[in-house]
Amino acid sequence: MTDFLVNISPAWPIIIAGLIAAIIPNSNLRKGLALGAPVLAAILWMSAEHGQHGIIMFGGFELTTFRFDGLSRIWGLVFIIATFLNGLFGLHEKDRVTDAAGLIYSGAALAAVFAGDLLSLFLFWELTAISSVFLIWAARNKAAYRAGLRYLAVHVLSGVLLLTGALIRASETGNWAFEHIGLDSPGGLLIFLAFGIKCAFPFMHNWLQDAYPKATVVGTVILSAFTTKMAVYALARGYAGEDSLIYIGAIMTAFPVFFAVVENDLRKVLSYSVNNQLGFMVVGIGVGTHLALNGVAAHAFADIIFKGLLFMSMGAVLHRVGTVKASELGGLFKSMPLTTIFCIIGAMTISAFPLFSAFVTKSMILAAVAQEHHWLVFGVLIFASAGVLEHSGIKIPYFAFFAHDSGKRVKEAPANMLIAMAIASVLCIFLGIYYVPLYNLLPFQDAVYEPYTFDHVVGQMQLLLGAIFAFAFLLKVGAYPSEKRSINLDTDWFYRRFGDGIVRWAWTMLGRLSASIDNVIARSKTRMGSRLHEVFSPIGSLSRDIPSGVLTIWTSALLAIVMLVAYLAP
Amino acid sequence: MIDFITALTPAALIHHAPALVVTVPLILSAFTAIMPSSRAAWGLCLSAALFVGWMVILLFGQLATQDVIVYAMGGWDAPMGITYRVDALNLQILALVASIGLLCVIYGYATVKDEIAKDKRPLFYSAFLICFAGLLGVTITGDAFNVFVFVEISSLATYALIAMGAERDRRALTASYNYLVLGTIGATFFVIGVGFLYMATGTLNMADMAGILAETGHTRVTQAAFAFIVVGLGLKAAMFPLHVWLPNAYATSPSFVTAFLASTATKVAFYALIRFLYAVYTPDTGFVMLSFTWVFAVVGVVGMILASVQALFQSDPRRLLAYSSVAQVGYMMLGLGLGNALGLAAALMHLVNHAIMKGALFMALGAFGLKFGISKISDLNGLGRTMPASAAAFTVAGISLIGIPLTIGFTSKWYLIIAVLERGWWWAVAAVIMSSLLALAYITRMLAAIWMENPPEHHGETVPKTRAPAMVLVPMGLLAFANVYFFFNADFIVGMAQRAASAVMGGQ
Repeated sequence: MTDFLVNISPAWPIIIAGLIAAIIPNSNLRKGLALGAPVLAAILWMSAEHGQHGIIMFGGFELTTFRFDGLSRIWGLVFIIATFLNGLFGLHEKDRVTDAAGLIYSGAALAAVFAGDLLSLFLFWELTAISSVFLIWAARNKAAYRAGLRYLAVHVLSGVLLLTGALIRASETGNWAFEHIGLDSPGGLLIFLAFGIKCAFPFMHNWLQDAYPKATVVGTVILSAFTTKMAVYALARGYAGEDSLIYIGAIMTAFPVFFAVVENDLRKVLSYSVNNQLGFMVVGIGVGTHLALNGVAAHAFADIIFKGLLFMSMGAVLHRVGTVKASELGGLFKSMPLTTIFCIIGAMTISAFPLFSAFVTKSMILAAVAQEHHWLVFGVLIFASAGVLEHSGIKIPYFAFFAHDSGKRVKEAPANMLIAMAIASVLCIFLGIYYVPLYNLLPFQDAVYEPYTFDHVVGQMQLLLGAIFAFAFLLKVGAYPSEKRSINLDTDWFYRRFGDGIVRWAWTMLGRLSASIDNVIARSKTRMGSRLHEVFSPIGSLSRDIPSGVLTIWTSALLAIVMLVAYLAP
Repeated sequence: MIDFITALTPAALIHHAPALVVTVPLILSAFTAIMPSSRAAWGLCLSAALFVGWMVILLFGQLATQDVIVYAMGGWDAPMGITYRVDALNLQILALVASIGLLCVIYGYATVKDEIAKDKRPLFYSAFLICFAGLLGVTITGDAFNVFVFVEISSLATYALIAMGAERDRRALTASYNYLVLGTIGATFFVIGVGFLYMATGTLNMADMAGILAETGHTRVTQAAFAFIVVGLGLKAAMFPLHVWLPNAYATSPSFVTAFLASTATKVAFYALIRFLYAVYTPDTGFVMLSFTWVFAVVGVVGMILASVQALFQSDPRRLLAYSSVAQVGYMMLGLGLGNALGLAAALMHLVNHAIMKGALFMALGAFGLKFGISKISDLNGLGRTMPASAAAFTVAGISLIGIPLTIGFTSKWYLIIAVLERGWWWAVAAVIMSSLLALAYITRMLAAIWMENPPEHHGETVPKTRAPAMVLVPMGLLAFANVYFFFNADFIVGMAQRAASAVMGGQ
């Protein structure tokens, strides 16, 4: 029996629950599935053994669906926890699309993490893209529909790059193994790009800020947990120690700070901070030492929980108030006190206050960077850490719950949301204090790290207090960018305006083309110079009933060619 | 299953199965011709097809325990007598021809009734059985001259079958005539080639020829023989640019014949080509290798693009699919031209897969034709609502033809691309993808008409929903289902193709 269970990836119960949820109309049953499936997955996770399991034959290929090792173990666990919390958070919502798509998407991400070869990775990679787009479309408005299409296009592109890269790689190495890949071959480069798109590398990041804020309350929370972290996992597996990642990651940590500070939509601010936190992980992967990879795994674990918590708190605000525009919020602490507390806990965690989980994880990456003497990058990361505090640590709770009183008086968030946030908050604090269980899960047990040393704590506190002081000072003198209704143009202008324009132009043209294709054929029959038609059409020269004599000549010509080839052969 | 059937069969039948596969349909064709009613003729035809299926299953059972079955006709061993030779390569083709033949006979009951005059039906079935026996004969025989005889037997019957489409479309007569002239040239070229080989080696048995050629080496005579055989069989296999007979023949012949020929005739000729290239000549001979690269790969790539473009411009769905068939032959030629085991396996895989999808597509067109006249793409308008079952089968097979994942079309293109990558021919990968995109375009044109347009109207009223007869739906549905089934259980086709490739490549 246990032998049998060992072969079942924890992803299957969740994916299957999602498929079932898609067809059952009863909301309560679906919610039961959403909470039960992660529990089942957790049981499978606990009974799993290290090694390659769940090998199935599919279309003539051998797919390893369940590789359980140091790296996939910790990602698997946090994905299962996130699935459970998301299920809890969405308990009040009666939406079959979100329920089913959310479960399938979570399960696919989990399955991608456990995929032992590039083909299964590709299959689940595409499944996450296709299932997650429904979470965006579930918002059921035009902006979300458009953003969903853009999102889908980008992610399908990522999948195609991955498949092409994998194919080239397989033709070079003769196998589909998903181990260290490296950038020294064209296949490796394509796979790197595919991962980079999902991981929101600079200039490939716009889908994230474009799509996440447009999804539903629950949808954004679910989306924030999986796609990018799955990409981080894939990078850590395939490209650990790739130097270019250090600089890519450093840029990722720094540039969102500017956009996030001036952004008005608080869920969009959080989307920028997703980028920023991913940057830390990407730097860690680039450094590639055991300590750095431990830091990446631990930080991904913490990040999924605290970022989820922040998105949940903003989701709760959106659910009750109907907006998350900083300019229209304020003073909500009076009516949503618990949400306020949870949001502050999330904010303190993301800012990496001591005694909160991010402190024990992020400092590990910073220490690894320092150990390898990347001082410039270290400086950028310190700046970005202060920036995080600015835009996520202070801005989010301050503008939503304090600032000037908007006069809005709403009910506290629903109980299920509060419970989900409470669990996430407890995890944030628990892991910040009792970090040993988390450290024991890390992939490399030989890299020892002690977070609570005198200089770590003091250094971090100095940084944080300095940043808080800067915020207060700027606010006092009125220099802090005030919350304004505006849309900030990021580099996404290129594909939103320019690219979208091209696509729409092409679409219209295609429509006209297909509508008038018969017209064109009819016209081209009479028009002079339409060579193509003269050659290929049913009455064209290639299709005409050629006299058999002419054909005989053709046949002889080919015979002559073959003879010539045979004659000239050495 | 195979063991069970073998156990139930008398030992004599098992022993003579290679001969009976060919002779039984050939003999029954004479009786079919004199049957008083078309139903009796059909019954006889069906029993012949069932018998062939039975024999092929027996051959499968025998081949499980041995590498090759050699059957000497009349007890005369090679090189004096004619031997029939079954190995992994031609067993696959035999199974294909037998199963497609059986499905087509079932399918034909309704369509033949619709398209052929009553008094000609027994003759029609008789001609079909001759053609069927001829194709099986080409596949199973191990004798070079015998190949020619069976090519002629099947071709002569094919000319008659195509001409029977004249009741529906008079152009069938010119199509048939054109094919007759060209087919005869092809067969003549082939027999000239065989003659040269006989001159050089003094034997007609293929295995024997290969042995003697390996000893004596090649001369100008055998090189000339090579050119004649390649062009002769290439014409039969509709190799670009010798495909010109095919579109008219497919477009005008009865639906039953189109479905059968499209899935078997060119495939068998392609098989014979492989047999000669690999079993008589050897691919490591200089001029054979050179012809792989400079003839097969080139005509394959050019053919798959030009024929696809031509398909895009067609207005008659059947002609469109016929040009698409020419393009698909291009894929197989490319696979053959790669000259490696992977490429040959990909070509053989595509051969089987293409037979399955084109069979389903032509059957679906025939099913539409039972209820509506289909001569333009716009005639397909709205059939998704009028005949949903047939339209669904058409759609599945069409998707497979494009090569979208979850269908066998994807499997064979996938293996083909892997094989091409092994040779490092990037331009050929580009051509395959280009041709797939063209296939996407021409199939989408038809699918858009089927699913997006409004159903046909008659006197201002929408034509009510209708259904093809069960005898049409079942074989068509089976083939459409096979398009998906063999994607998930690819081992059967992939394994068969790989075994076949390694059987002819030997230890290479």
